[in-house]
Amino acid sequence: MAEWFHSIADAFNRCFIEDNRWKWMLEGLGNTMIITIFALLIGIVLGIIIAAVRSTYDMNGASMKKKGGLSYVLLRIGNFICNLFLTVIRGTPVVVQLMIMYFVILVNVTNGVLVAVIAFGINSGAYVAEIFRSGIMSIDEGQIEAGRSLGFNYIQTMIFIIIPQAVKVVLPTLFNELIVLIKETSVAGYVGVMDLTKAGDKIRGRTFEAFVPLIAVAVVYLIIVIILTRILRIIEKRLRKGERR
Amino acid sequence: MDNDALIQVRGLKKYYNDGAVKAIDGVDIDIRKGEVVVIIGPSGCGKSTFLKSLNLLELPTEGKIIFEGEDINDSKVNVNIHRQKMGMVFQHFNLFPHMTVLGNIMLAPVKLKGISKEEGRKKAMELLRMVHLEDKAEEYPAMLSGGQKQRIAIARALAMDPDVMLFDEPTSALDPEMVGEVLDIMKELAREGMTMIVVTHEMGFAKEVGSRVIFFDSGQIREENSPAEFFAHPKDPRLQEFLSKVLI
Repeated sequence: MAEWFHSIADAFNRCFIEDNRWKWMLEGLGNTMIITIFALLIGIVLGIIIAAVRSTYDMNGASMKKKGGLSYVLLRIGNFICNLFLTVIRGTPVVVQLMIMYFVILVNVTNGVLVAVIAFGINSGAYVAEIFRSGIMSIDEGQIEAGRSLGFNYIQTMIFIIIPQAVKVVLPTLFNELIVLIKETSVAGYVGVMDLTKAGDKIRGRTFEAFVPLIAVAVVYLIIVIILTRILRIIEKRLRKGERR
Repeated sequence: MDNDALIQVRGLKKYYNDGAVKAIDGVDIDIRKGEVVVIIGPSGCGKSTFLKSLNLLELPTEGKIIFEGEDINDSKVNVNIHRQKMGMVFQHFNLFPHMTVLGNIMLAPVKLKGISKEEGRKKAMELLRMVHLEDKAEEYPAMLSGGQKQRIAIARALAMDPDVMLFDEPTSALDPEMVGEVLDIMKELAREGMTMIVVTHEMGFAKEVGSRVIFFDSGQIREENSPAEFFAHPKDPRLQEFLSKVLI
């Protein structure tokens, strides 16, 4: 047993202390966080736009069709594009999307982290869009009727009445998307980005030690996710308190 | 045509599924200023759909709704402006749960009429006094009883100074002991001369405050009369049957 501990300590030394290899881990962790946070921001912006187009079409399409005109045609085209986007993004693996982005579409961009941010951002946008849309659709139709009956137009009704309620519904799910996204970014190494996973793998390649660096990577992910899950629980508790139903 | 008419409905139709379902099947009616028009009828007869089409919450398939001289069913008309003058009260209250009572009442006047928050608050407090709920100003809707919610909903609609109030079964979702408090507010409104169109099952209310009572069935107006005549001598056989089934 003592011998085993000794060998682990030795491996730990070679993996992280020697040549300051812990710095790789730190750099990898940094990149993982950067990719995750900026991808989620892109995802939220993209998601809001797509959800707005899709739920407007679902809720207002019929009445706009009756009035006709350019705005209806634009909305219909927008809705079609959004649906196509959702189908393609959700129907293909994120690794493939990442590689297409890096080796085909953004072949001139050498900054792998930037490409990863864009690829994961677009991917996450598709999921966030559906989260937002389901949040908007979950609000009772009577709320829209009440808003419209007071004289608010559709957009004002959304901004003052529907979205504030939908955000509450959506927040836990959105936070969950963040947790999923952090783990998904572990494939960034496919395009040469040194994220947390890649850092562990690089140490493995250098030291021929597999156990220690890979377990260490797993533990780091686990700690981040546990912390985020804790925060999520606190948010959920707060939301439930605010509900007062 | 009546010059006094606030709302003139002409040839109103609302079809679903390409005409397979005729929720409103040709309705003509004039609503004069200060009138309290009570609409009764069996469930599914189209009376709620009719009420909601008056402010275009339900889009009519065809017909004219001339409100204060303008056909608001014309696609070139901005209905949002006209809706500000048509208050609506719903069966399920539809208060905004994320805002306090005061927030619910102030929202539309402040955002749409551009009055100051202070002014909006003053106005809201006046309305709250009118519905006897000034002590609930800072509460959230979830803390209120059904009757209280509906009184707040009435105050919210009144905050826009509407020219007409549309009531869509305002007491149907209430516990029996709360019906009275809501009807009392509505009676007071009627006494003050508010033009009201009320879809309801409260026959007592129809008798007491209605200027006219209308029987709706299969998407059409079957009978229309003064309350006294309407209840004493119903002519339409279906109305006779309907009245025999409901407790008055």
